[in-house]
Amino acid sequence: MRHDLIILKQWIQPQARVLDLGCGDGALLDDLVNEKNISGLGIEIDADNITGCIGKGLSVIEQDIDNGLSNFSDNSFDTVLLTQTLQAVRRPDFVLEEMLRVGKECIITFPNFGHWQARCYLMLRGKMPVSKMMPYTWYDTPNIHFCTVKDFENLCVEKNIKIIHKTVQMALVGTKKDHRPKWYNKIWPNFFGTHAVYHVTR
Amino acid sequence: MKFAANSVGLVTAKTVHFDAPFRVSCGRDLPNLDIVYETYGSLNSDHSNAVLICHALSGDHHAAGYYNEDDKKPGWWDNYIGPGKAIDTNLFFVVSLNNIGGCSGSTGPTSINPATGEPWGPDFPTLRVRDWVESQRLLADYLAIHQWAAVVGGSLGGMQAMRWSLEYPDRVRHCVVIASALKLTAQNIAFNNTSRTAISSDPDFHGGRYYQHDVIPKRGLAIARMIGHITYLSDGVMGEKFGRELRSGSFEQGTESALEFQVESYLHHQGDIFSENFDANTYILMTKALDYFDLAREYNDDPVSAFRHAKCNFLVMSFSSDWRFSPQRSEEIVQALIGAQQAVSYVEIDAPLGHDSFLLPVERYNQVFTAYMKQISQQLGSDNHAS
Repeated sequence: MRHDLIILKQWIQPQARVLDLGCGDGALLDDLVNEKNISGLGIEIDADNITGCIGKGLSVIEQDIDNGLSNFSDNSFDTVLLTQTLQAVRRPDFVLEEMLRVGKECIITFPNFGHWQARCYLMLRGKMPVSKMMPYTWYDTPNIHFCTVKDFENLCVEKNIKIIHKTVQMALVGTKKDHRPKWYNKIWPNFFGTHAVYHVTR
Repeated sequence: MKFAANSVGLVTAKTVHFDAPFRVSCGRDLPNLDIVYETYGSLNSDHSNAVLICHALSGDHHAAGYYNEDDKKPGWWDNYIGPGKAIDTNLFFVVSLNNIGGCSGSTGPTSINPATGEPWGPDFPTLRVRDWVESQRLLADYLAIHQWAAVVGGSLGGMQAMRWSLEYPDRVRHCVVIASALKLTAQNIAFNNTSRTAISSDPDFHGGRYYQHDVIPKRGLAIARMIGHITYLSDGVMGEKFGRELRSGSFEQGTESALEFQVESYLHHQGDIFSENFDANTYILMTKALDYFDLAREYNDDPVSAFRHAKCNFLVMSFSSDWRFSPQRSEEIVQALIGAQQAVSYVEIDAPLGHDSFLLPVERYNQVFTAYMKQISQQLGSDNHAS
């Protein structure tokens, strides 16, 4: 299981109403249903992923989150999730606003563009970083809004978003130990962390 | 064997007679009811695998299979009902009936009114979608089906499926609503009204008492069908299928010949076939039931409070090129279901064929439908195991 998902699971209450934006094939929702007995709903645009969710018996709505969540009422979910998708939306600030309107709490995970490897890549090679974590070329990538941990926290301040928990991880996948932040990671997460997990509310 | 391996093969229609008076929502009683139906697949031991098919405007009980080896066409939803198909008859016991008010054998305007000894004709009680649900409930009781694994319907059939979820929440586990709406738009009512006007202005209509004159309002009913048919297809698919192709005549200068476009000939053909096989009073009755349907009317016009009564899971599907029951109408259903905190999945299928897409083979539609139904049958298995 991806490390960001291991972390965020502990922040979700049993029986919670959970909305997962960009839910993929529903693996996370399925886990949460089985482990925490949540009542979950996914939003997805990829046809195969949607069929995958339906095959698992999950509820999923075909909808583009770039167009907002106007069909959802205020505070209608306990937790709204956005995992590894913030960087792929057209207006991350708008999506965040919508998440915080619909959900009492939100969990957002994203790749940290401020990681030292990305910084070095750009500084030394003068090219947009391409790595295992960000495998796309600049002209053909779903990731149109990369940000750093600092950028995200600045946006939270600007929008009066309260951070309940945060973890900046060393790797998205790998051994179980890897997801636990090291001391240097805690001191300078924006330099050493590859992936950020934020638990926020208004 | 003549039939494909994934066909239900030969089927026969059955009739069940209910002798007790049936109170219709308009307040009148039908003295008794005949319901014609077909079943495919077999009912499991705890009667938990039954699926009800609700037909649309011009449908009937013959949803799948063939009546004899020489039948050219199978039932109207044969694309989706059969062994290994979306509604898998190896897993489910499928029940398909002709709704009352219909003209394929169930009690309707062509039946004899015992009070007069004449066909009911225009005196047949006005029906609402809820009357169909009620008569389907009678059939469910007769077949000893306490709870449907799924109630499934497209268009007008979807309205019946939704009504089931509110009228008998404990008797529906899944509700599949395809290319349907919470209520018709003014444009939709206008199309239906124009169709009815075409029928009633046919001199052979005789105020609906054409049976007594030994005629049928063929021209009016054909025009009604032509109007309907245009709205069930999309501009795109008509352009692709017919374009401006001529069936006869020519535009060559210096000639004057009778011209007929392919699309004209096609529509006339469709109208002719339909008018010989369908009853005009039934067409009027069915389109009125469509017009009158409003899921939330009895719930303060609030679809969210209406859907709070449901206890089943929902699958809602729409088709991109459907302008008669557009994706927007399905999205209204979905939004209300989300508001009522019901379990709902929604897909908008990219299909060029207009409203008729729900009857036709469309790959993604088939995939989603199959995945949903399969998951229902897996649930059946685990429930059985648990008990």
